[in-house]
Amino acid sequence: MLIAVLSGFLLAALSPWLARSLGDNAGWVLALLPASLFVYFLGYVPVVMDGSAEVIHYSWIPGLDISLSFLVDGLSLMFALLISGIGTFIIIYTGGYLHGDAYLPRFYAIMFGFMASMIGLVLSNNLISLFVFWELTSITSYLLIGYNHEDKNARWCALQGLLVTVAGGLALMAGLVMIGTISGSFELSEVLAGEDVLRDSPLYVAIVILVLAGCFTKSAQVPFHFWLPNAMAAPTPVSAFLHSATMVKAGIYLMARLNPSLGGTELWLYTLALVGAVTMFTGSFMALRSRGVKQVLAYSTVMALGTLTMLIGIGTEAAILAAMAFLLAHALYKAALFMLAGALDHETGTKDITRMGGLRKAMPITFIAAAVAALSLSGLPPLFGFIAKELMFEATLSAPLVGTVTTSLALASSIMIVTIAAVFALRPFIGAFKETPRKPHEAPLSMLIGPVVLASLGLLFGLMGFIPTAALIHGAVASVHGSPVAFELSLWHGLNWPLALSATAVIAGVVLFRMWDTVLSAFDRMTFIDRFGPERGYEYVMKALTWIADWQTGVLQNGYLRNYLMTIVLSTVAITGWTFFVHTNSTVALGELDFTFYFYELAIAALVILGAVAASLARSRLGAVATLGMVGFGVSLIYVLFSAPDLGITQIMVETLTVILLVLVLYRLPGFLVYSSPAARIRDAAVALSLGGLITLLVLAVSGVMVSDPISDQMVAWSVPEGHGRNIVNVILVDFRALDTLGEIFVVGLAAIGVYAMIRLRAEDKAK
Amino acid sequence: MKPMGSLILRTASRFLLPLLLLFSVFMLIRGHNEPGGGFIAGLIAATGFALYLFAFDAARTRHLMWADPQLLLGLGLLAATASGLPAIFFGEPFFTALWWPIEVAGLGEIKLSTPLMFDIGVYLVVLGSVMTIVLALAEAEE
Repeated sequence: MLIAVLSGFLLAALSPWLARSLGDNAGWVLALLPASLFVYFLGYVPVVMDGSAEVIHYSWIPGLDISLSFLVDGLSLMFALLISGIGTFIIIYTGGYLHGDAYLPRFYAIMFGFMASMIGLVLSNNLISLFVFWELTSITSYLLIGYNHEDKNARWCALQGLLVTVAGGLALMAGLVMIGTISGSFELSEVLAGEDVLRDSPLYVAIVILVLAGCFTKSAQVPFHFWLPNAMAAPTPVSAFLHSATMVKAGIYLMARLNPSLGGTELWLYTLALVGAVTMFTGSFMALRSRGVKQVLAYSTVMALGTLTMLIGIGTEAAILAAMAFLLAHALYKAALFMLAGALDHETGTKDITRMGGLRKAMPITFIAAAVAALSLSGLPPLFGFIAKELMFEATLSAPLVGTVTTSLALASSIMIVTIAAVFALRPFIGAFKETPRKPHEAPLSMLIGPVVLASLGLLFGLMGFIPTAALIHGAVASVHGSPVAFELSLWHGLNWPLALSATAVIAGVVLFRMWDTVLSAFDRMTFIDRFGPERGYEYVMKALTWIADWQTGVLQNGYLRNYLMTIVLSTVAITGWTFFVHTNSTVALGELDFTFYFYELAIAALVILGAVAASLARSRLGAVATLGMVGFGVSLIYVLFSAPDLGITQIMVETLTVILLVLVLYRLPGFLVYSSPAARIRDAAVALSLGGLITLLVLAVSGVMVSDPISDQMVAWSVPEGHGRNIVNVILVDFRALDTLGEIFVVGLAAIGVYAMIRLRAEDKAK
Repeated sequence: MKPMGSLILRTASRFLLPLLLLFSVFMLIRGHNEPGGGFIAGLIAATGFALYLFAFDAARTRHLMWADPQLLLGLGLLAATASGLPAIFFGEPFFTALWWPIEVAGLGEIKLSTPLMFDIGVYLVVLGSVMTIVLALAEAEE
């Protein structure tokens, strides 16, 4: 299982090379990985069919209770199958769609990185690793939206998507940590078995708000939905994969996943059902207003995400069943529609629906596949989308407390979705042929195989509802509900309210479609929506952030080293001193201190003090350097006397190198002048003395306190048997605390590169 | 071209550089048992090259060093990070030290270990960092 999850990352590393050497067939060959993952995950279907789950455990950072454990149950398996299955077709499709693109190898790499992260996300049983994968999907999504990195708009959209989802991700992390702390385990399987622990916790409201902040931003719920249509700046395979079928469903996944632990309360019900319903309505309304093929689909994805959130919020057996059926139906038809939209755009050269027409002869297969997928989108029999829509109406009609609101919003958005589906499937293909920028012809096989297979599956599952039921939905519903639920899926439910609502939606939708041109021009006049949408809020926040950054940089980063030093010293003195004098009742027992010393210790101390005084009074730069060197060497002598030879040698070396560096820059500095007035010098002396005094006090106070046995005893005891070395300092540096040292040498390296960049950039500036 | 340093300095640095480099390797290897270690050794080596830089010029120092200091810096980070990896293949947590003592005729027992590799990484990072800065400063001056 670990190999299955991580193989995507491995292939991501190899794919640039593979894509180059395989040339035109790279898409077909690389698709073998997601295809074999799909087959591998299929093997788990019998395990989880009846609603049972399997946990596979690998330890990662056992000391922090972080492990790489995977939870395979109905819900996670359904997602894993969708990701790997649709992923297979997307990779094949990419080979056709981005044929000949210079950055194609890079595209494959990020795509596989994303796929692996997404699979990791849905299979993670550990909250922390889930979060890591969650953030990885945000980052890969950012890279993919900004794929056309030379396009300013694409970069802007990518950044917007990243900032919105990552801001939510931060909230989510806090929520997950709370869940882990309260449940006493970061393992999802144990959290879910915790019954009412989370619901009864005083932090329940905080957890729900934080987790939902993560889910709502990721899954583009109102008012965070605005980033998703902008994410359409990405190439179509990305939109089809990340921004309709998989990544945006991560939030849905997490809500469904945590439903047994967090759901069932009025807070959960109202928030999810109402936000979901409003998102559903907004999505379908905005879709109706759009002309771009991908914009229409993006907003209809917002509609679908809203529907799923609403259904999970309602939380009844019927609602969860509807959610899982709808999830499957949506993934199938929406990925197909996106890929077809890409084919249309690719073959005609335009993205505007109103500029296409009469393409049915030029692109017959595209037309048929689009028609079948659109039928599923509009929820017409005998497609699987119809079953899902019937279940949705059944769920909203029987919903507790929010039934009326959700049903009416669901009906309204269903009407609009029927119109959108008709617009998408009919407008480009029927009617009189319209001239398009490129002469249209049928898309290549690589771009048609995916949509054709997915659209056919929508038909097959509709006709034979027992197949998805037995294989996927039964297990998934059991996971989300917390216990198995008995049900059957079929096209015919008898004459009842859901059927009546479906029929109404279809009739009203067709009427709306007939009036589409009038409606569109009416919508075009409603510009206030663009002016007052939540996206303006995002822009204002970003502007405010820049303004604050600008302001605080002006105040804090004023370019004077002496001001930086003074700020650092004074804040240290203030914060540490305040804590020391107010919050601890430390006393410096002078009487207990040992004041015996050797005369040479005194001599060195006097030398150091003399050096410091001389340095601050020095009249030349060289004099200051020399006297400071005196201080440094004096200190290193003290190290040697108090048996720290390593520190002593290091100090000597550092002093030597400091002199070398100073000599190198000495020529370049302006003449040595006394810049500061006597008053400023007195102020500086006071600041310096306050820090020195405070540190002296701290050292004296600390030496009188012994909280526990010093850790050095243990280090000394372990040094030879465990570290094979007698130099304890070195053993600690390279063995016991090697990770710390690694961090430090990275800092050293970064600092060197920073200095190098500064020197070189200045030199280049001067050369110009 | 910058006038070269005094004859005494040039002659002295020619002799001192190999000695200092040798000394730095000595400090690096003995560091696990006696005072020394990668950090100190790296500083010593850097001092040697800096001395040479003063006596001659940046171009000659670069030529003498063979490798670009930034490459040394990168190699050092790579070596230090990589030294943590072998433990994983033995089922131990990242950065668990592994030891392979081997007998070498005439020299006695030599302990090859991941901490030694780590220390060599530290050595290279320190040497690379210092020389990156020093050479950049010297070249900016020229």
